[in-house]
Amino acid sequence: MTAVTSETRAVRTIALDLPEWPGHRAGQHLDVRLTAEDGYRAERSYSIASAPGEPPAITVERLDDGEVSPYLTDELRPGDQIEVRGPIGGYFVWEARNDFSPLMLVAGGSGIVPLRSILRHRERCASSVPVRLLYSARSLADVIYRAELDGQSDGVEVIYTLTREQPEGWTGHTGRVDGALLAEVAWPPDRLPLSFICGPTPFVEAVAAGLVGLDYPPAQVKTERFGATGGR
Amino acid sequence: MELDGNAIAGQLHEIFGTEMTTAVGTCAACGATAQVAETVVYLDAPGTVVRCRSCLGLLMVITTIRDMNCVDLGGLASLEAIPAT
Repeated sequence: MTAVTSETRAVRTIALDLPEWPGHRAGQHLDVRLTAEDGYRAERSYSIASAPGEPPAITVERLDDGEVSPYLTDELRPGDQIEVRGPIGGYFVWEARNDFSPLMLVAGGSGIVPLRSILRHRERCASSVPVRLLYSARSLADVIYRAELDGQSDGVEVIYTLTREQPEGWTGHTGRVDGALLAEVAWPPDRLPLSFICGPTPFVEAVAAGLVGLDYPPAQVKTERFGATGGR
Repeated sequence: MELDGNAIAGQLHEIFGTEMTTAVGTCAACGATAQVAETVVYLDAPGTVVRCRSCLGLLMVITTIRDMNCVDLGGLASLEAIPAT
């Protein structure tokens, strides 16, 4: 571990120096394995937050009753070593060569992490693929990578919906992502969009059903579900 | 807790020695085909349980005992990995 960045009250980005890292693709994850002194092991999967070509980093949300995330967010110090397996996964992956389809990215909570890797990859490749990101968070303070997302330009449109708490004067969307919001902000299906949805299981199910309801072909709707385990 | 096949990418890679979330499986019960990433996965069952998203039939059960993986693929009519590109 080389550095830790505080993203929100409960979320940290942990940068890793992995000498034998073969490089990753945008959207992949890695598994972290912790072994206690008595030999008890716990393993969790975390999406890689950095772009291909950048040093690997993971973004971890601390769950107070978690076995792994409190250690990663609170205990781990630069220079400490952790056991990592990866990169992993080939399904929830975006290649910059998919240049014809606009991207519809939909994140629930820390589901933003693999989508941030995709956004950074797009920027590093100087891809001109137009992107819409719909990000559902509890409150503005819970938005991860907010400065980076607010600084997006040229072809990346970021739309927030705040489900629990809105700052005074908030004119953006509120409430959960539903069919009406998707109909308003998602690319029309005749643009042949490719979509990536990442978040808690009920969120992903609702958004995927909503997009398919807008006539998105199911094969163009990639989904990744996580649970309250501090990872997947 | 209900997840999907992305959650067992690492476990499957360890067992099969290759990326398996893009492998295509055919459900022996209903005949539906899907990529492993699209299946329904329960990690907190005794062992890992993988079910068909179409009929919820059992596709795969993985149990790990003393570092040995026991893999039951009885619910799959076929499972075909895509060669790495």
